[in-house]
Amino acid sequence: MTDNNQVNRGRRRFLIATTTAVGGVATVASAVPFVVSMMPSQRALAGGAPVEVDIGKIESGAKFDVEWQGKVVWIVNRTKEMLDTLPTLRDRLVDPDSDVPQQPTYCKNLTRSIKPQYFIVVGICTHLGCSPTFRKEKGAPDLGADWPGGFFCPCHGSRFDIAGRAFKGFPAPTNLVAPPHKYLSDSKIVIGEDTKGA
Amino acid sequence: MLNNKLAALLNWVDERFPLTATWKTHLSEYYAPKNFNFWYFFGSLALLVLVMQIVTGIFLTMNYKPDANLAFASVEYIMRDVPWGWLIRYMHSTGSSMFFVVIYLHMFRAMLYGSYHNPRELLWILGMLIYLCLMAEAFFGYLLPWGQMSFWGAQVIINLFDAIPLIGPDLALWIRGDYAVSDATLNRFFAYHVIAVPLVLLGLVVAHLIALHEVGSNNPDGIEIKKHKDPKTGIPLDGIPFHPYYTVKDMVGVVVFLFVFSVIVFFIPDMGGYFLEYNNFIPADFLKTPEHIAPLWYFTPYYSILRANTFNFLWVPAKLWGVMFMGLAVIIFFFLPWLDRSPVKSIRYRGPIYKTALTLFAISFIILGYLGTQPVNEIRTVVAQISTVIYFLFFILMPWYTKIDRTKPVPDRVT
Repeated sequence: MTDNNQVNRGRRRFLIATTTAVGGVATVASAVPFVVSMMPSQRALAGGAPVEVDIGKIESGAKFDVEWQGKVVWIVNRTKEMLDTLPTLRDRLVDPDSDVPQQPTYCKNLTRSIKPQYFIVVGICTHLGCSPTFRKEKGAPDLGADWPGGFFCPCHGSRFDIAGRAFKGFPAPTNLVAPPHKYLSDSKIVIGEDTKGA
Repeated sequence: MLNNKLAALLNWVDERFPLTATWKTHLSEYYAPKNFNFWYFFGSLALLVLVMQIVTGIFLTMNYKPDANLAFASVEYIMRDVPWGWLIRYMHSTGSSMFFVVIYLHMFRAMLYGSYHNPRELLWILGMLIYLCLMAEAFFGYLLPWGQMSFWGAQVIINLFDAIPLIGPDLALWIRGDYAVSDATLNRFFAYHVIAVPLVLLGLVVAHLIALHEVGSNNPDGIEIKKHKDPKTGIPLDGIPFHPYYTVKDMVGVVVFLFVFSVIVFFIPDMGGYFLEYNNFIPADFLKTPEHIAPLWYFTPYYSILRANTFNFLWVPAKLWGVMFMGLAVIIFFFLPWLDRSPVKSIRYRGPIYKTALTLFAISFIILGYLGTQPVNEIRTVVAQISTVIYFLFFILMPWYTKIDRTKPVPDRVT
């Protein structure tokens, strides 16, 4: 700065660039706490604890709702007639073999359950999160003569069979999600926890 | 004596703040074309509704509780126990729908008279940003009553983000602040609705007005009045001062508007389920989705486009296509100034092709809007798919059909 007429332009540019860069990094870094503060809080995380359910009282062919992580989980006590529809639907399903990991590995089977009779699934449509209705009646007039019984989402018309597998040609891209769960006894299950301790 | 004092006071202010100069630039010496018709009411009406929404909104926050356990009851409390609370709330709920009525007409006006053309591209973009803010504002506000439609509407829209590859699920979690739409979501939506979005909105409105007054208003003839100025004064020959000429004209519009507004507020505040949905008088229940869920009418065209995508195509699932098309349906408006290659601005001098295209577009928009309020079935899905195609073809083919269209000669001065 000895001579005011002699501006070192290179140095000036370098100083502007470095100050801008360092200031920019600081601005972004200071935004982090604000952005992260919007993730689920400790209380919300704790709200995801497992739930125990007594499934012995569910009538044959009926559905029972439980809350888990603020979501609805269905437990359906399926009849043999319902289960018999499952192998016949292959060609009409998006993912008949449940290849997309929408279920724990122990539920990657034809019935998408540990015990064929009891179907445990998160009751939220994989399209946009509505809760489908349980439409067990075969050939319901509004769903067509070939309706095998299952779940129908009133929001956007997605259809699922009685094992929560999505039908082709409707908006839902994947099968319904089966939550981790395990049997404590013949009539008691816990949702949100399995034998691997997950 | 008093007049002298006032003049002195004004002078004192003017030396410290450009009060008179601002008044002149934006009102008494802002020259607007003299041939405005009724389509030009909607800009000032939008400003009126904005002010009403802010004022009624402030008074609603005095009694509303942004808490999942209290929200629904606090809205009922406002309706039943707060003196005149019902009026303030109905003004706010009617105001939101009327805001979109006014804005859609305002946008259609711009499309009729080519108001987005050079040199008004930025004006149009600022207006589109206002429209986006308004949609966000309406969406966040709709969760606050914590009724069934509030809850499931938010659930569906937030799940749209879930469809984005890789970051989607975490993004949805971040937006909700919980694994499901919950108290955390309600609380933050309240913050967005009452402070974050309104601040941005107000800034954009100011920018929109500054840009408008920089380039000058378009008019039904779509010609630039600045081309013919009085050589002595430099004032456009076809321009008249906004104040008093258009302030008085707009006041007539305001009276008519408030007449309609009052009829709705006092006699049909729910508008047969279109302004306030029946299912939203039921408290939010995460166990049960209402039989038929639909957004409020002003979102239904986009909702129809979302639902119309039922094909998995090119390894991309139908759900993601739906989300992309819905987003594109809004975003594509931004490109209008560059898609339109017509040498004339106003519909008055355009040829039959553009007139047909705009009519088809308007019809498809209304059909999509209607279908979005109805439950899905096969026929409606097909109609929605056809309308979606027309909607997008209007924009995609625009660079070609506007170029080959037969236009009429444009007059030199306004008619």
